[in-house]
Amino acid sequence: MSGNKKHEHGAGCKHALADPFDSQTSLMHCGCGSKEDPADTAPLTEESVIDRTVESAVVRALFQGNDLTRRRFMGLVGSSTALSIIASIFPLDAAKAWAKDSPGPLEKKELKIGFIPITCGTPIIMADPMKFYEKHGLVGTKVVKAAGWAMIRDWAVTKEVDCAHMLSPMPLALTLGAGSTPTPFLMPAVENINGQAITLHMKHKNVKGPQDMKGFTFCVPFDYSMHNMLLRYYLAEGGVDPDKEVKIRVVPPPEMVANLKAGNVDGYLAPDPFNQRAVFEGAGFIFKLTKELWPGHPCCAFAASKEFATQMPNTFNAVFKSIIDATMYAHKPENRKDIAVAIAPRNYLNQPVEVVEQVLTGSYPDGLGNNHNEPDRIDFNPFPWQSMAVWILTQMKRWGYIKGDVDYRTIAEQVFLASECRDLMKEGGYPVPSETYMPHTIMGKSFDPTKPEEYLQSFAIKRT
Amino acid sequence: MNTKNSKAWMILALLLFVLFLGSWQLVSMSLKNMPGPIPVAKTAYEFLSDPFYDNGPNDKGIGTLTLYSVSRLTAGFVTGSIVAIGVGVILGLNQVLFKACNPFIQVFRAISPIAWMPLLLYSVQNSNWTALLVVFMASVWPTLANTAFGVSNIKKDYLNVANILQMNPVSKVFRVILPAAGPTIVAGLKISMGSAWVAIVPAEALLGSLGLGYFVWNEWNNLSLTSVIFAILVIGVVGVFIDVLFNRLARRLAYAD
Repeated sequence: MSGNKKHEHGAGCKHALADPFDSQTSLMHCGCGSKEDPADTAPLTEESVIDRTVESAVVRALFQGNDLTRRRFMGLVGSSTALSIIASIFPLDAAKAWAKDSPGPLEKKELKIGFIPITCGTPIIMADPMKFYEKHGLVGTKVVKAAGWAMIRDWAVTKEVDCAHMLSPMPLALTLGAGSTPTPFLMPAVENINGQAITLHMKHKNVKGPQDMKGFTFCVPFDYSMHNMLLRYYLAEGGVDPDKEVKIRVVPPPEMVANLKAGNVDGYLAPDPFNQRAVFEGAGFIFKLTKELWPGHPCCAFAASKEFATQMPNTFNAVFKSIIDATMYAHKPENRKDIAVAIAPRNYLNQPVEVVEQVLTGSYPDGLGNNHNEPDRIDFNPFPWQSMAVWILTQMKRWGYIKGDVDYRTIAEQVFLASECRDLMKEGGYPVPSETYMPHTIMGKSFDPTKPEEYLQSFAIKRT
Repeated sequence: MNTKNSKAWMILALLLFVLFLGSWQLVSMSLKNMPGPIPVAKTAYEFLSDPFYDNGPNDKGIGTLTLYSVSRLTAGFVTGSIVAIGVGVILGLNQVLFKACNPFIQVFRAISPIAWMPLLLYSVQNSNWTALLVVFMASVWPTLANTAFGVSNIKKDYLNVANILQMNPVSKVFRVILPAAGPTIVAGLKISMGSAWVAIVPAEALLGSLGLGYFVWNEWNNLSLTSVIFAILVIGVVGVFIDVLFNRLARRLAYAD
């Protein structure tokens, strides 16, 4: 217990924050008669100040403010014994954690968080083995593996999980009721940026661009995914109509690799590790990383229902903070190797460590005999730019997934919790942007988030 | 069955097994990436030497997963069978009702229990209950049809004797009707058990509910065919084991006409 360590500094100051388990100190606020340096035993960090305050409050309450009795008692039994006696009758640790997680206690600690076994969900997944949830008091929180995106959506809607790993278009689609019953969802944080790729069958080594892809059969993991939106965008920019000139099928990622191997499909735009896995299996080659299409594009996200956030605000806050911490930890290149080891086992990704490491470090073979070194092949940044939500909505409308007038800004701001994320990032000491909208450039074409309809009209190939 | 015959079938079975292993080995050598019997045996040894490990909510030992599947099967099958036998007796005793319901039973019987899954998940909103209900659905129809058929074909003499003895309806069902229709009902139960065990694997794989189906899916995610083949063998062996147990139970219930 933390109290024991502080005690080692020895007795001394009569200070309000002095060690309450020391027989030589006074806990009276005005009784500071000593000339010794108060820093001697006074705790230094914010956390230990809170710890000490809680301890003192408990001890003072126990001795009903009688400081002399307290000092006699501490002198008699010794501080560590006293600490353990008090801890046995009063949940000191819980009180300390509670005080730190102000403004209130956690409504629920043992959360269930759904995830899909792909590297996009790295922060959500690694937060379990690397104890980011525990750090924020969510002791007993579990991450549960879902079989596919439709399943994780249903888990989230039916409250079988409290929060979930989703593709960033999914909370928007759920809120709008596209492909599901409308349920208000929140997307507090983005997980990864970049990190996807177009993988092609070995027989397509000579393909240069979309113009060579007419008649191809592609796979994407889900309709409401960045994969689908980016693949369609890429093809259409090259003059290929994604609905008429190629086939795009929704296929679970492991089956993509098997289908590619069997030659049933020509390629896919998929999350990793399934691009790198195709190289590992000798089934295909990495044709293009998605960061070449849109540097810094969002992909997967952390999502929770609005109901969860409203009914359990403190828990929501704690899990939100855990995710931000984990995401910022994953952002640092020097941590990526450890993360690969933590998330590769059967309980999480169930993939060879080597493949996960190639994805996370960006040092990888592309299947054509070349080795690449792209540290930002996948990156992690929690900030949910609302301009990204607007872009996703323009593309959902472009391809007919949503119809009629779309109130881009309102929906983007309702679902992508940019300012909340910024506040918590600031609290954690991370650098934050001052805006929540910014212009993006996708394949050289600029997107102004204030003019979504004009942007939509500017495309030659569209379904509206 | 005499001893000579029993030895003959055992030798034949052994030969078939060797033939199976041999052709498997040949297939694995000609197909790239197809694991043969030896790597599968190694994997099996690894999984079976620690069958109840627990590495978190998404990684549990094969023994634990089998128990999950078997208990799901038992719960779904028992409730399904009770409902099926109950409704079956009522239909069997009432010819008009039986005729009216029969087309519906035949339609429902033809539907794969997995096809119910999205609908069930949507209505009960819980994947564990959905998996259980899929097993329930798989168990109900064969037993229901067989019970109704068996009861409606009981010799009229039995029922007449029961009426003469002025038995109350409850003891009439338990002491006359069920024993008389017993063999047909047990045959229905056996079919139900088989289809329930067949349904449970895809249900677990699709729902992500812990069990053997989950194991298959999780290993498929890692493209680990060795583990998938091991899982297939486990599913088969457990299925046979359940069947044997069931036959023993059925023999106890059997009676001489």
